[in-house]
Amino acid sequence: MKQHEFEQLHQGLWQTLEECLANPKQPLDKHFPQQYRQLCQHLAVAKSRLYTRSLINRLNNLVVECHHILYRHNTLSEQKWLWFLVYGFPQAIRSNLNFVVTAAVLFLLPLLILGIGCYTHSELIYSVINAETVASFEAMYDPQNRSIGRERDSEEDIAMFGHYIQNNIGIGFRTFASGIVFGLGSVFVLVFNGITIGSVAGYLTQAGYEATFYQFVVGHGAFELTAIVFCGAAGLKIGFSLLAPGRFTRLQALKIASRQAVVIVYGSALMLLIAAFIEAFWSSSQSLPLSVKYSFGAAWAVLLTLYFSFSGKRYEPR
Amino acid sequence: MIDTRYQIETPEGIDLQAQLAGPAPRGLAFLTDFSIRAVIYIAGSIVFGIFGWGYGFILVLLFLLEWFYPVLFEVLNKGQTPGKQLMDLAVVNDDLTPITWHASVIRNLLRTADMLPFFYLFGISALFITARFQRLGDLAAGTLVIHKILPTDSHSLPEVPAQAPAHALALDDQIAIINYTQRHHQLSESRQQELAEILTPLHNRKGLAAVRYLQGMGRWLLGDKS
Repeated sequence: MKQHEFEQLHQGLWQTLEECLANPKQPLDKHFPQQYRQLCQHLAVAKSRLYTRSLINRLNNLVVECHHILYRHNTLSEQKWLWFLVYGFPQAIRSNLNFVVTAAVLFLLPLLILGIGCYTHSELIYSVINAETVASFEAMYDPQNRSIGRERDSEEDIAMFGHYIQNNIGIGFRTFASGIVFGLGSVFVLVFNGITIGSVAGYLTQAGYEATFYQFVVGHGAFELTAIVFCGAAGLKIGFSLLAPGRFTRLQALKIASRQAVVIVYGSALMLLIAAFIEAFWSSSQSLPLSVKYSFGAAWAVLLTLYFSFSGKRYEPR
Repeated sequence: MIDTRYQIETPEGIDLQAQLAGPAPRGLAFLTDFSIRAVIYIAGSIVFGIFGWGYGFILVLLFLLEWFYPVLFEVLNKGQTPGKQLMDLAVVNDDLTPITWHASVIRNLLRTADMLPFFYLFGISALFITARFQRLGDLAAGTLVIHKILPTDSHSLPEVPAQAPAHALALDDQIAIINYTQRHHQLSESRQQELAEILTPLHNRKGLAAVRYLQGMGRWLLGDKS
């Protein structure tokens, strides 16, 4: 069959499909799958009969678009969000416990060492953080201050909320992403934050600012620090998949690991969002008694532990 | 073989084809998106500044533009950010299905790694090293950037009467003549004559007559009757 004859014979079907693609709002014709398969056959015939490139390309474009409609992956629905909160996130943490523990150690070990170091030898902090920054931290948490944390008026709560979202969630995302460099980036961020937070905490404690410092940190600490450790764990996971891909090629291992690790990142972003809320609207308040602030922080720590230990456990495959 | 064509076999047993997009169009698309984001950011800052909602909203806007601008456009707009739309590019999964949330989030979070150590050096190096022009984010997410549509020819055939060839032609020759006929608008007149006169020993025609003779043969081979 010559090309023109072929075109005239099947033009009707192609036009039907093109019209169908032009109005994506309309519900699909129930014959669509059948028409699509016919179209596929036309493409195969056109190729084997060596019809012109232009016709083959036209059919190929049409097939690709129909293929997109017929084979689209499931997108998120509302129930999936609930499922993610109840099962997906805590389960992802539990099944990647080795990475979470590694990340926690990488974060907590420098934190403890420098915390104790700066507590006993306060001059040690100047070898970690420069003098200006130390002075600004001192000013922030001076018990004489009206408000603690970053200095501000109560109207600026919203401004700080924006700052915490942009800064902290961004740090979480970067901690994860830099893990693709064989995990090195995540290791760096975790150790670096451990060192900074540990030395500041140790230094402020020995300076006698512990009341202002800890009552500010305790409210959101459970969310924020845990989330950063989780992001680090997700980064370590993708880095490790490149180092030890197992039975897969490195590329396949990376793809599989990213698919699983990104679930942890979603959850961590949510935790950092909650942390930003608490940090902006609760932590800096001075009107609340210390006991309330400490129990608030402790309650969240307990709830998070319970959540990650038990939520969705019964749905886990045995 | 180095080839920018990408093929995937579908369950229907045919090979779908896509044309992979190289660094140049992707860079231009990126610059367009970057400018659009910058404009939105500046406009947003001015508006929030005027209404006095302040710094907090501007930072949230910056956060959304930085991390979610590409994700939302890619997932909700058939794999195209405005910049990609301008360049006619699209992001798809590597089985040529529309990009999913997970894949889009992964490839855009890992943009951070592609930016390392500066000016997207890792990302650009990865584009050149990998066979399918993928940056690190694409590798991890399993995504490709393709040209949205393959070129099709909408130009009409030359207006000449169809003419049966005087000799039996081999398949390759038939295809060559058909393509010659169909691409008449891409070739200058003198080039068309030059090509047609290669066959002068066979058809004894020169100049425009040779061109019209070959084009007529092309039409006949495509199925037109004289």
